[in-house]
Amino acid sequence: MILFGRKLPAMSSLLVWALVWEVIGQLDLTFFIPPLSQVFVTLFGLIQTAAFQNALATTAYAFLIGVGFSVVIGIPIGILMGKTRVLDELLLPWVNIFISAPLTALVPVLMVLFGFGTKTIVITTALFAIWIIILNARAGVLQINRSLIEMGRSFGASPLDAFFKIYLWAVLPEILGGVRIGIIRAVKGVIIGQLLVSIVGFGALFELYASNFLMKEFWAVLIVLFGLAFTLSGFLSYLERKVAFYASSR
Amino acid sequence: MAMSQIDSAAVKTAQPLVDSAVSVRNVSKKYGDVQALKDLSLEFPKGELTSLLGPSGCGKTTLLKIIAGLLPHDSGQIEVGGKTVTGPGPDRAFVFQDFALLPWANVLRNAAFGLELRGVAKSEREAIAEKYIREVGLAGFENKFPHQLSGGMRQRVGLARALSVNAQVLLLDEPFSAVDEQTRRKFQEDMLALVANEKKTFIFVTHSIEEAVYVSDQIAILLPRPSRVSEIIRPTSFRGKGVENIRRDSEYLDIVDEIWASLRSYVE
Ligand SMILES: Nc1ncnc2c1ncn2[C@@H]1O[C@H](COP(=O)(O)OP(=O)(O)O)[C@@H](O)[C@H]1O
Ligand SMILES: [Mg+2]
Repeated sequence: MILFGRKLPAMSSLLVWALVWEVIGQLDLTFFIPPLSQVFVTLFGLIQTAAFQNALATTAYAFLIGVGFSVVIGIPIGILMGKTRVLDELLLPWVNIFISAPLTALVPVLMVLFGFGTKTIVITTALFAIWIIILNARAGVLQINRSLIEMGRSFGASPLDAFFKIYLWAVLPEILGGVRIGIIRAVKGVIIGQLLVSIVGFGALFELYASNFLMKEFWAVLIVLFGLAFTLSGFLSYLERKVAFYASSR
Repeated sequence: MAMSQIDSAAVKTAQPLVDSAVSVRNVSKKYGDVQALKDLSLEFPKGELTSLLGPSGCGKTTLLKIIAGLLPHDSGQIEVGGKTVTGPGPDRAFVFQDFALLPWANVLRNAAFGLELRGVAKSEREAIAEKYIREVGLAGFENKFPHQLSGGMRQRVGLARALSVNAQVLLLDEPFSAVDEQTRRKFQEDMLALVANEKKTFIFVTHSIEEAVYVSDQIAILLPRPSRVSEIIRPTSFRGKGVENIRRDSEYLDIVDEIWASLRSYVE
């Protein structure tokens, strides 16, 4: 952010909004917005409770497995779609439907299919994350320099070598971008899953706090969640910057 | 045919008497309705540099990729070292017009990448690649990345990679077209030394007449619509006279002029 011609540190806009929040909270305008300082005090108390730590573990577990599946399945599918015309024409309409579909509406169907347990929550999480990962990997393959592929063939690359030594690296910048957005969508997915499928993890905490009007606790958990998503996406941005040196010269 | 225009100093033969490293016999190739090559035959003598010269769109890249086994042909036959070509093979190495380097790998890994794909152990392939990096004049740049190099240096990496796999036939598709003029001249001189030292067969695509005459033992002139070999020229007298004298040699100048005379009508 630039103000009066001076560059401000990266997080300054957040500080401004934190200040606004604190002021509104102190004015006691609505129970919905308690002062931010109190939210943080609650937060530090909360994270030491067993209830919170269990919720975190449950959520992290479903989240990581869901993201893991969407990465491990999504990247190869995206790469194969970019490589194989037939597969692309077969799958692309579905990917486009699912990426814009209101997935929340699908969750009840998933519950019928997969039950009311962690499995369904994991699937919901993966379903939120996977489509953008597929699309980005596919877009990455489509922009690979043709002669890089011919180079691999002319020097006798096996299909596995071509995949792991050429395609994967050539598509890495797009893949990382897709995973970064996918992770943010997966945070949404895991919480929606935990609210709709079975009330567990952070979903259960949100449900508990919101229905009892415990707004400080509610905001505290939301801030933790935001912080985690922000950290993960920050880490992926960092990885993206590490490959940027060749992203522009492929 | 235009053959009669060529100066008598240049010997023209449809079938050279030396052994062929690569034989192209009656090859045709269509892209949809576009007849890129029609019944084309050409012999590439072992240990020599043959240029494919012609206006753009006459099928030079197509022919080179067919020889490389990267493109299927519709009919006819390609033989490399007596064996029929069905796909890419270790007897041929390709040098790409746009270099085709891995942008995420340094010069050493790029130069060794052909060997890496062939499963050669790391220390061994790096030793070989280092030797050729030196040979193409890039010693000291082993740990640089492609984006840190000039176009000319990148193509030297592409050349080192092709040399490292020790293929008998090197296929070069306009390797110097993305390189500035001075670098290009230096490259052409280096090519002559390389052909002399490496004892490999070079097939060199270019659209520069001067370049073709300067570096070639044999020049095949390709003409479009329908694509065919219109003449084969073998310069005889200036090859041994040293790099700095070639461009002043009268045979060199005559051949350049006469090729231009036969190509000028194809330039839009
Ligand atoms: N992939 C392709 N699809 C359709 N037509 C092509 C393709 N590649 C080349 N051609 C056509 O074939 C002809 C020969 O092309 P090319 O071999 O690239 O010529 P050159 O390398 O001599 O410029 C041209 O008319 C070109 O338009
Ligand atoms: Mg070409």
